[in-house]
Amino acid sequence: MVSIDLLVSLVPLFPLLGFVYVAFNVKRLNHVVTSVVACGSILFSFLTSIYIFAFLLQLPAENRTITIELFDWIKTGNFSATLSFLIDPLSSVFLLIITGVGFFIHVYSTGYMHDDEGYNRFFSYLNLFVFFMLLLVMGANYLVMFIGWEGVGLCSYLLIGFWFKNQDYNKAANKAFIMNRIGDLGMLIGMILIFVHAGSIQYLEVFSKATSIDTGTLTLITILLFVGAMGKSAQIPLYTWLPDAMAGPTPVSALIHAATMVTAGVYMIARNNLLYALSPASLELVMIVGLATALFAATIAIAQNDIKKVLAYSTVSQLGLMFLALGLGSFTSGVFHVATHAFFKALLFLGAGSVIHALSGEQDIRKMGGLKKYLPVTYLTFVAGVLAISGIPPFAGFFSKDEILAKAFEHNAIVWFLAVIASLMTSFYMFRLFFLTFHGKTRASDHAMQHIHESPRSITVPLMVLAVLSVIGGFMGIPEVLGGSHALNNFLSPVFAASQLHVEAHHLSHTTEYILMGGVVAFTLVMIGLAYSRYVSQGHVPAAEGETLTSAHRLVYNKYYVDELYQAIIVNPLYKISSALDAVIEKLGIDKLVNGVGEIVVFVSREARLLQQGSIGYYIFVMVFGVIALLVLNFIK
Amino acid sequence: MTLYIFYFLSFLAVLSALMVVFSKSPVHSVLYLVITLFSLAGHYVILNAQFLAVVHVIVYAGAIMVLFLYVIMLLNLNQENEQHKTNLLKFAAVISAGLFMILLIGTFKGTEVFANVVGGQSEIGMVKNLGLVMFRDFLLPFEITSLLLLAAMVGAVILGKIDKPKKA
Amino acid sequence: MTNTQYIPIDYYIWLAAILFTIGILGVLYRRNAIVIFMCIELMLNAVNILMVAFSSYRQDAAGQVFVFFIMAVAAAEVAVGLAILVMMYRNTQSTDINILNRIKW
Repeated sequence: MVSIDLLVSLVPLFPLLGFVYVAFNVKRLNHVVTSVVACGSILFSFLTSIYIFAFLLQLPAENRTITIELFDWIKTGNFSATLSFLIDPLSSVFLLIITGVGFFIHVYSTGYMHDDEGYNRFFSYLNLFVFFMLLLVMGANYLVMFIGWEGVGLCSYLLIGFWFKNQDYNKAANKAFIMNRIGDLGMLIGMILIFVHAGSIQYLEVFSKATSIDTGTLTLITILLFVGAMGKSAQIPLYTWLPDAMAGPTPVSALIHAATMVTAGVYMIARNNLLYALSPASLELVMIVGLATALFAATIAIAQNDIKKVLAYSTVSQLGLMFLALGLGSFTSGVFHVATHAFFKALLFLGAGSVIHALSGEQDIRKMGGLKKYLPVTYLTFVAGVLAISGIPPFAGFFSKDEILAKAFEHNAIVWFLAVIASLMTSFYMFRLFFLTFHGKTRASDHAMQHIHESPRSITVPLMVLAVLSVIGGFMGIPEVLGGSHALNNFLSPVFAASQLHVEAHHLSHTTEYILMGGVVAFTLVMIGLAYSRYVSQGHVPAAEGETLTSAHRLVYNKYYVDELYQAIIVNPLYKISSALDAVIEKLGIDKLVNGVGEIVVFVSREARLLQQGSIGYYIFVMVFGVIALLVLNFIK
Repeated sequence: MTLYIFYFLSFLAVLSALMVVFSKSPVHSVLYLVITLFSLAGHYVILNAQFLAVVHVIVYAGAIMVLFLYVIMLLNLNQENEQHKTNLLKFAAVISAGLFMILLIGTFKGTEVFANVVGGQSEIGMVKNLGLVMFRDFLLPFEITSLLLLAAMVGAVILGKIDKPKKA
Repeated sequence: MTNTQYIPIDYYIWLAAILFTIGILGVLYRRNAIVIFMCIELMLNAVNILMVAFSSYRQDAAGQVFVFFIMAVAAAEVAVGLAILVMMYRNTQSTDINILNRIKW
């Protein structure tokens, strides 16, 4: 058989080759060829990832680490970096998610972007994105991860601003990229500090030295790394780019801003679990930020009227839950929720895309309604997604969310209470979205209703697959309290073993857990019932544009005016400073300097020209003076 | 005794050189230059360079100065209608020359080791010895000098031609 | 009689220096091109006397041979220079060097 080293290197290579091939032939390729190449490359990566996963399973549990060094990249002084990959249970799980969900989204895009003139460009960007994301999770040192980190930020920019003729979309793309970069600065400083204190940037070497670094430095490093995660995974305060990123095509929102890129922060913290476990202060910070984000975004989502914006804020909120899990020291729960969230959030986004496609581009839920009978497949799969995200058993979201809530209760009852509030709000606004879109009277425009049609198979098949995953995906992590053996936990535990030594572990009695579970599910059903009664029985439709709202409603609808705040505090002053610098330093300083050099040359030549008198007597004088000067200089030496 | 001859010849040379510069008529300048050349030839004799002294007189005084006189007579430049330089420029000229003089004095000031002397009987000035050196060690420059004289001759002839206006 | 009277070498160096300086003075002082030429000849002669003096001092015949070459060059130079002068006189009817300034900028 082929050696495992080669296979591991092939996983990121396929998307890279796909990108190169499509990118160099962007103008020429037939759409069919592009789809085959792009989807095929991701499919191959997916199959290889499955093989690697199976390979890992047959290794003994403590020994499931494969390190592959491709080549030495940088060697200067005492800093050396290699391009190397590390495959262990954590990266293997992420590989499966990225390539699996990625493959289905690629297939979906062949249908969704069918009529777009930038079809080839789109797929080249998608492949490039998958390549960078794979680098991120497969890297064996901070440098390779950072390459992937930056690369996915770049692809996010390219894909958000895909329809570049619209200036607003370009601004959204800029915003995403710049906010990412702000986070990346913190991450870079953190990485430099790691190198300074641990002498290396390979994960395994750093983790073996982690206990010898003093806690204060570790706290600083982990907080800096978390700043990077804040930017990439849209936590407070660097989250405002994610709702604006909905300017990109829906498959982009599904792949990048739901399933993969935004989970890079979660991956990073999970990978560095030992460092975080050794600095409890930063774990507290992570938990608090995650909880605050979860609550904050959920309140905003209740009042949004654009189908994709609701889903975007929902993503921010769910990411907050994941960080909450990580902050509680329960890294497995965070990764588990990443997996289930990837399934149902991608499903929800793709379903929303199907609705938008069917209604010829309508995205406002106030203009939808009663689509149940026109879009049956979309409707059914959407039901699965909404049930999953609300945490109704036995759907996927129930298991992962319940695990997080249980761990929260172990830690602190208040934390648990706030997390429950966030979950209840989640189920409320998701069902609000669902009922307003699919049930009730049809409010769509006549033009849209004339062209309405169920989406083609390339769109519905991925929806169906993801729906199945949303139903059964939770079964990989059934907790013992319900009789399961939590396969995922067992699989991932070697990765997090070292950190578990430093984290307090509580255990709840089974009775407490049953009560908690039952209570949360009951209240969730109550919220669903509330949503049903308000939006279906009473037929309430959210206020149209221009109608007055109560002040609380207006506050939430305008996203707490955070964007405007940032604009006033940060963006406008920066513009002022840069235009001041431009006027002063650029125009008066540098321009003058450069022009001055030219002017000096002209001036000198004009003066030197006067030497050419033409009169011989003058020349003879100058000659004699020259000789005298030479001889004098000779003497002075 | 030789020393007195040296002083006399030197004095003569310097005086006539000054007269070359300051005399009003070009013909007088030429004549004074001839006197300078003769006194220098006397110096050559003192230094036992007899052959060179004779060649010096023949070439310089006999050929070059005659050429000068031809040109002056040809162009009828005997008159003393030459414009003079402005006083400022003359002043500047004297100052420059004076500077040069001081420079040379400065050079010589630090070199007081030249106590050794010249003169005395020596054979190197004899024609035979000179010829041997010239045609052994300096044969190539000698031949090239002939080329140089040829070039100068050709140049002088061409430059001196009168351009006949071409008949259309 | 024995020519055992010796002359110190510095005296010849002084003589050459003075003649050379007078030559420079003449070149800067006069406006007539022919007189300037003659002063240049004066400078060349100053160098000649220095060469011969050192040749005698060092008992090296190379000095005198070099004087030959200098004389040859001086002759050639005078020939060509005067030819040019004659040509200029034909064009400008004057040998005043201040009039020969056609290569002014």
